[in-house]
Amino acid sequence: MTYQEIYTKLEKSPSWQHSYREIMLLGKQLPALPEPLKTEQARVKGCESTVWLHIDLDEQQQHLLLVGDSDTRIVKGLLSIVLALYNGKTPMQALEINAYKEFEKLGLIKHLSPSRGNGIKAIVDTIQQQVSQWA
Amino acid sequence: MSDITQLRKDFPTLKQTIEGHPLVYLDSGATSQKPQAVIDAVNLFYTKNNANVHRGLHTLSEVATTQYEKVREKLARFLDVNAMECVWTSGATHSINLVAAGLTSQLSTGDVILITALEHHANIVPWQQLAARTGAKLEIISVDEHGVINSDLALAEIQKSKPKVFACSHASNTLGNIQDVQAFVAKAKELGAITLVDGAQAFLHLRPNLRQLDCDFYVLSAHKALGPTGLGVLYGKYELLNALPVYQTGGEMIDTVSFTKTTFRQAPAKFEPGTPNISAVLGFGAALDYLNAINFDALHQYEQGLYQYLIQRLQSIDGIKVYGDLKNNIGTASFTYKNEHHYDLAMLLNSYGVAVRSGHHCTQPLMQTLNLNGTIRVSLAFYNNRCDVDAFISALTNSIELIEG
Ligand SMILES: Cc1ncc(COP(=O)(O)O)c(C=O)c1O
Repeated sequence: MTYQEIYTKLEKSPSWQHSYREIMLLGKQLPALPEPLKTEQARVKGCESTVWLHIDLDEQQQHLLLVGDSDTRIVKGLLSIVLALYNGKTPMQALEINAYKEFEKLGLIKHLSPSRGNGIKAIVDTIQQQVSQWA
Repeated sequence: MSDITQLRKDFPTLKQTIEGHPLVYLDSGATSQKPQAVIDAVNLFYTKNNANVHRGLHTLSEVATTQYEKVREKLARFLDVNAMECVWTSGATHSINLVAAGLTSQLSTGDVILITALEHHANIVPWQQLAARTGAKLEIISVDEHGVINSDLALAEIQKSKPKVFACSHASNTLGNIQDVQAFVAKAKELGAITLVDGAQAFLHLRPNLRQLDCDFYVLSAHKALGPTGLGVLYGKYELLNALPVYQTGGEMIDTVSFTKTTFRQAPAKFEPGTPNISAVLGFGAALDYLNAINFDALHQYEQGLYQYLIQRLQSIDGIKVYGDLKNNIGTASFTYKNEHHYDLAMLLNSYGVAVRSGHHCTQPLMQTLNLNGTIRVSLAFYNNRCDVDAFISALTNSIELIEG
């Protein structure tokens, strides 16, 4: 699903229950990471749940390839939104993305971030750090 | 108990809404809410009586010192021990560290420090460090698949390992289990051990009589028993307590100081360097007054009844598994739902205004033993009622529906 499609879905969410349901559905649709890729190195530090993230650059196309997984439904759903935001972007484009703002626009910050934004900040920081080396 | 409705009104934090729902506070194991009387006592100190203790000759300082020392006496009466045996610390964690550090010279290679598999990290790591410093061995009394310590097996374990130090929680923070500390302490002492009981969870719910319990050390945190944060207690039998070396040094705790030599005061003063947490002590004094004014037996019975109601309602949900000792319990229920991650459920519960704790609860070794990555923990206090339990159960069933929907 593209980020635009996700945006359309969540933007008009009538209730937090509905938002959560959509987020968990997004998580379900994100393919599970094969076990060998769930390495300690791929773990994002600073999340309350376990998150694995791999970031690659397609050298020819100069665009980003991200895959990831989480052991919780909610974080996996949120992760799939982050992946949709960044996948296929060039490093320069990626640096322009303000993921936190996007989450705010989706109405997710208020309901989803009693503590540390569910590790979303940690995920986004990890991506930005990696990408800045390619930009 | 009919006047719970009345008591509940004393807790201002309970009167708020979270995410549009009335707050359902089921995380008293992490910290208890505070009655207005405690908040007022802290307030009064800062608005009227603020002064340092044990220092000035002026009126305010004398008032502060008198009040501060009166709370120590109040606490001692509450625990049925002597005021000289009660040290103010910053919390249970500080208290345990003080003892573990102080025992360094009394242990040597091969000595056994015995703890249990359900201890809080605060009652594991200081002992592990003590073992590393001294060459002593850290040994563990195991729990069964529900997370329960079998008392007979524990006594046999104590007999077998002949510990130099025995440390055990009075009640488990993760599961709520009440340990048979009376028997464990007697056995360990018979074999010559120094005993410490971690009462961080039990103090509020069980109001232990330490003269009867007869342990050498008992620790607690004021904030888990209606009091302010940043204050704890170390009780120690006077000779053993006073024999511990000083832990931190500075003002207040000294007798004489020159640049070549310092002599220290006797316990408890020698363990209380610097300016203490005066406002918290006064607040805790108000908490003890508050507890003293409520009939304990009736309150205990009420809490137990509420706990049984919680367990019964939890167990009526298909797929819920409750861990721990469901008979001897301070009112804490730790559970999982099928293979669902505790994080998802706790997040959804929060959206319904329900405050629970999720995760490993600072007991990672216990989680490893139970083969879990975490649980959801509901911890009750006397200010909770059946409406709280009902609201929690309905939020839980809704959350499960959302997850499975
Ligand atoms: C059983 C137990 N021991 C020790 C502690 C540590 O208490 P504090 O963090 O107040 O020092 C806790 C707190 O959760 C506890 O539950």
